[in-house]
Amino acid sequence: MVGTWKTVNCVIKGCIRSSGLRHGPIALLFLSFTVWFGHAPVSSAEIVKIRIAYLAQVVERPPKLSNLDIPSDDEGLAGGQLSIKDNNTTGRFMNQAFELTGVSLAPDEDALAAFNTLVDQGIHFVILNVPADTLLAIADAARPRDVLLFNAGAADDRLREQDCRDNVLHILPSRAMLADALAQYLVTKKWRKWFLVIGRRQGDKLYGDAIHRAAKKFGAKIVAERVWDYGPDARRTAQSEVPVFTQGADYDILVVADEIGEFGEYLAYRTWSARPIAGTQGLTPTSWHRTHERWGAAQLQSRFLKTFKRHMTPLDYQVWAPIRAVGEGATRTNSGEFAKIRDYIKSSDFELAGFKGQKLTLRSWNWQLRQPILLSAARALVSVSPQTGFLHRTSLLDTMGTDQPQSRCKFDG
Amino acid sequence: MKMLVSAVISGSLLFSTIGIAKAYTVYVTNEKDNTVSLIDTDTLEVTATLNVGQRPRGITLTLDGKFLLVCASDDDTVEVYDAKTRQLVKNLPSGPDPELFILHPTGNPLYIANEDDNLVTVIDLEKNKVIAEVPVGVEPEGMGISPDGAILVNTSETTNMAHFIDTETYEIVANVLVDSRPRFAEFSADGARLFVTSEIGGTLSIIDPVTRKITNKITFEIPGVRPEAIQPVGVRATKDGSKIFVALGPANRVAVINGKTLEVEKYLLVGQRVWQLAFTPDDKLLFATNGVSNDVSVIDVDRLKVVKSIAVGRFPWGVTISAD
Repeated sequence: MVGTWKTVNCVIKGCIRSSGLRHGPIALLFLSFTVWFGHAPVSSAEIVKIRIAYLAQVVERPPKLSNLDIPSDDEGLAGGQLSIKDNNTTGRFMNQAFELTGVSLAPDEDALAAFNTLVDQGIHFVILNVPADTLLAIADAARPRDVLLFNAGAADDRLREQDCRDNVLHILPSRAMLADALAQYLVTKKWRKWFLVIGRRQGDKLYGDAIHRAAKKFGAKIVAERVWDYGPDARRTAQSEVPVFTQGADYDILVVADEIGEFGEYLAYRTWSARPIAGTQGLTPTSWHRTHERWGAAQLQSRFLKTFKRHMTPLDYQVWAPIRAVGEGATRTNSGEFAKIRDYIKSSDFELAGFKGQKLTLRSWNWQLRQPILLSAARALVSVSPQTGFLHRTSLLDTMGTDQPQSRCKFDG
Repeated sequence: MKMLVSAVISGSLLFSTIGIAKAYTVYVTNEKDNTVSLIDTDTLEVTATLNVGQRPRGITLTLDGKFLLVCASDDDTVEVYDAKTRQLVKNLPSGPDPELFILHPTGNPLYIANEDDNLVTVIDLEKNKVIAEVPVGVEPEGMGISPDGAILVNTSETTNMAHFIDTETYEIVANVLVDSRPRFAEFSADGARLFVTSEIGGTLSIIDPVTRKITNKITFEIPGVRPEAIQPVGVRATKDGSKIFVALGPANRVAVINGKTLEVEKYLLVGQRVWQLAFTPDDKLLFATNGVSNDVSVIDVDRLKVVKSIAVGRFPWGVTISAD
């Protein structure tokens, strides 16, 4: 199975799609984007090129249960392209040019080989959307090389804890951060009794574990817990199954862990008692949402919408952010050198304006990007965590996720 | 006799405490109500509310005081109102999403920041035409002009730069990198300093317009207020340069900086999410728009006290004051 991106060339203000898939023993599609705006750089000095890659391998896609939200082929990549465009607008004033190479792999293809090919080509900044074990294999292979990795797709807490790596910066929130963000809001609302429903997948179980920890941390109680195992397509049967499934408990809110989106949407309005839904569906904690327009986000959302004719997804944002970080590094150090940019990003000077109302910075103990987390319903933003009243010595953002004193991350060497 | 004298004295003391001989008109854009509130500086009351275009932000009066210009950002236009009759006279070809603008000191042309398109658009008000477009950084907003009109400064929020634009050639002659998310650029009255606020960086940069280098960076510390809540936006200085005022956003305060020592002397508690500032022409009163509490704070500049809060429309943002 071949990856789905076609070759795309971006010229001046737009992206012109041209067809053409490249096949080979390892079916890799390389897409390069150099965006010029038709204006000469400020001086005639040589342009410094800064190359970034986005490597994606999605092993399981959501079931095609409806045509409500058709997942875009370029999800993630589009966020990267917009970021490159913004970086290059700034780059004009700095004699710097940013270039993005996108690689999309089929589930059975060799991610490590694809990664090594990118680094062999001289790319030092690689954004990854791969499963946790693949990320670790790549991180370990990258250790002796001049590479900085950005995790844009694996929410696993163990990657921030016992499996942390010094060359991996985590852009997306961990499951712990998402669960904590939601828990703070539910507890603030005094909805402390939770009915937890967990899906069939490993990721759902991990999400459920994070919900358990969050309940303990913030003083909520999981009064009932059930695993949904009615099979893949619940659309017709939910009507009869859900009421029975949710009987027999006195709770305030149903928290669901269904990361792939198999059944979570079909719980609402069918539960035995009239209760709202939260978690992977319903009131959802997330890094980004199309409903978000505060703190200048409307500007980013409208730029994205105009360019790609669809809304920016969390994955788009999670690829957008690290490319902006590299851009900031190049601007602030006035350099395209890998070591200078990497050292700047990892320094205490680094801050990213991420359209979430305050600066985003990296946790020095596990390189997780600390950030406000949006709590959104389908068509309206409900709240943004951290919630008022949860205290912290140094940063309120660190009330979400594993804090430094509890961290089990040890960077070796 | 004694009583009469003391009455006269207390009367004149009362008069000088208010300190205002003239009444000016304050114009405030209400971003979510699509209106402009008019405030009389004598009574400190709202005297009228004007319906304008969608999402009004930047607002200014022409030099002759005859027309009120309003950036109707979501209508992609700059509206021109007759200041006396308050009727809409015309729309200017502003380019998409005009956020803020500034007039050349001579009154023409008008320089507009088009935030969606990364452009500064220059409009000749007499000819009603676009005479130049200057490509700048990502998300341009802040607009400042040197008192001699030679240099226009535009700040770009995501590129994090202050672009110096030559008003004769429309070329960018310098770019100064500032802290994250610059929002506002303002020259001192004598042209010797350029002030640029960084909302996410949390600082005020003071730039030498000749060397085009940052000479001072001012940080703010408010007891009991989280550092990340200190988000400077609007900045204004008195004409004599003695005091610089900075609106600090969700910190809900206006900082007062000593213009000589550059020390922060005081923080004035105003309303919630304070955005922009404007002086009356005599520098006696400073008006601050509070976006989230939907009101305007009136600051007595001599006494450094907030003397009143005036309720306006929803999400007040821009503010400008008539010259007479």
